[in-house]
Amino acid sequence: MKSVTSDDIRNFLKEVKDPEIPPISIVDLGIVTGIQVDDENNVDVTLTPTFAGCPALKIMEDMVKERLEKESDLGEITVKTTFETTWTTDLITEEGRKALLKHGLAPPKQNPGYLELDVLSDTPCPYCDSRNTELKSPFGPTLCRSLHYCNNCKQAFEGFKPVG
Amino acid sequence: MDFFNEAHVEAAKDLLYKMADDQLIIGHRNSEWTGLGPILEEDIAFSSMAQDKLGQSEHLYNLLHELGEADADTVAFTRNANQFHSCHFVEYPIGEYDFSLMRHFLFDMAEAIRFEMLVNSSYENLAMIARKFKGEIKYHTMHANTWVKQLAQGNEESKARMQSALNECWPLALGIFEPGKHEDVLKEAGIFEGEEALQAQWLQEVTKLLTDCGLVIPENVTPSYGGRKCEHTDHLQPLLDEMTEVYAIDPSADW
Repeated sequence: MKSVTSDDIRNFLKEVKDPEIPPISIVDLGIVTGIQVDDENNVDVTLTPTFAGCPALKIMEDMVKERLEKESDLGEITVKTTFETTWTTDLITEEGRKALLKHGLAPPKQNPGYLELDVLSDTPCPYCDSRNTELKSPFGPTLCRSLHYCNNCKQAFEGFKPVG
Repeated sequence: MDFFNEAHVEAAKDLLYKMADDQLIIGHRNSEWTGLGPILEEDIAFSSMAQDKLGQSEHLYNLLHELGEADADTVAFTRNANQFHSCHFVEYPIGEYDFSLMRHFLFDMAEAIRFEMLVNSSYENLAMIARKFKGEIKYHTMHANTWVKQLAQGNEESKARMQSALNECWPLALGIFEPGKHEDVLKEAGIFEGEEALQAQWLQEVTKLLTDCGLVIPENVTPSYGGRKCEHTDHLQPLLDEMTEVYAIDPSADW
């Protein structure tokens, strides 16, 4: 039996994509908060929810399990979701931010520690990079997105909203 | 949770039930705006907030399950009105948009402060989810504050509507803070600072915002109590009947 490390597991999980935003992996989204592998290659993965009401929670647990079950070297696989680590948008990796941008979603600003409308008001446009934009609504098509409009390229766009 | 003795468990259950039931019922009411919002953005806002509330209620019911209660779906979908610990405020029909908006403002401000307090709870599993909910509800209070300020300082009609909604909501809102049987135990065990402390802080926050934009806080009002003792208005049972209609067709169905 080949010995497997938590880095190996992390690499496998980079292939598991957010079901609602397919270009970003769950690793880059920052929701994989714990990976443990014991001597028998039993794996314990901990996820944290982006939002308590996110309908994709159970689906993502199943996707993680499914992906790891493809690896014949692994023993028992346990996946659980807990709030032990609070997910914030600061946990999104640099690679993850690029993936969001490529998908046409403005990446979240670094969490300034407080949240007021001005935090969301000049979100850079993912199409033309202008900051001459306005917030249309802090609620969008999914819980993690907000609605914006770019006055420069006259384009409506969505942002991934900062959560602290 | 070794620190819990029996009295602590009972007190924690009571607290969890009222929070979870409030979230479930207000979540359902918010969802009634789906497709009917006065503008598209409000339609989406109330629908998103409904989704947050329902998700939060599920996690609170999961904590109850850890303490020995039935699982989340069973607790949420198989009880009758006389087993719900929610306050009267959340069960009132959505009414016109002004009522729903004012309720959203008053209720969510109380929730936000409650979660903020619970971040320091000695009940670690509750503190953990409070940390999460606190970040989510900021978007709700931000939304409510923006609209209340705008409409309370808008034209004559919008001002009058906000004032009359406030008058209607006020006794119901005070009912949120109906003291439970276990206030002393919760405080002594460091689980929760109690409804009285919550109400005091809430009153300060909402009074400031409402009076700053010219609204008048109603005086000499009798709070609408009873919800925490599972005594409800006639509005709750029809809501539950509707909410559980599909579940009741086949409770064993896998979704």
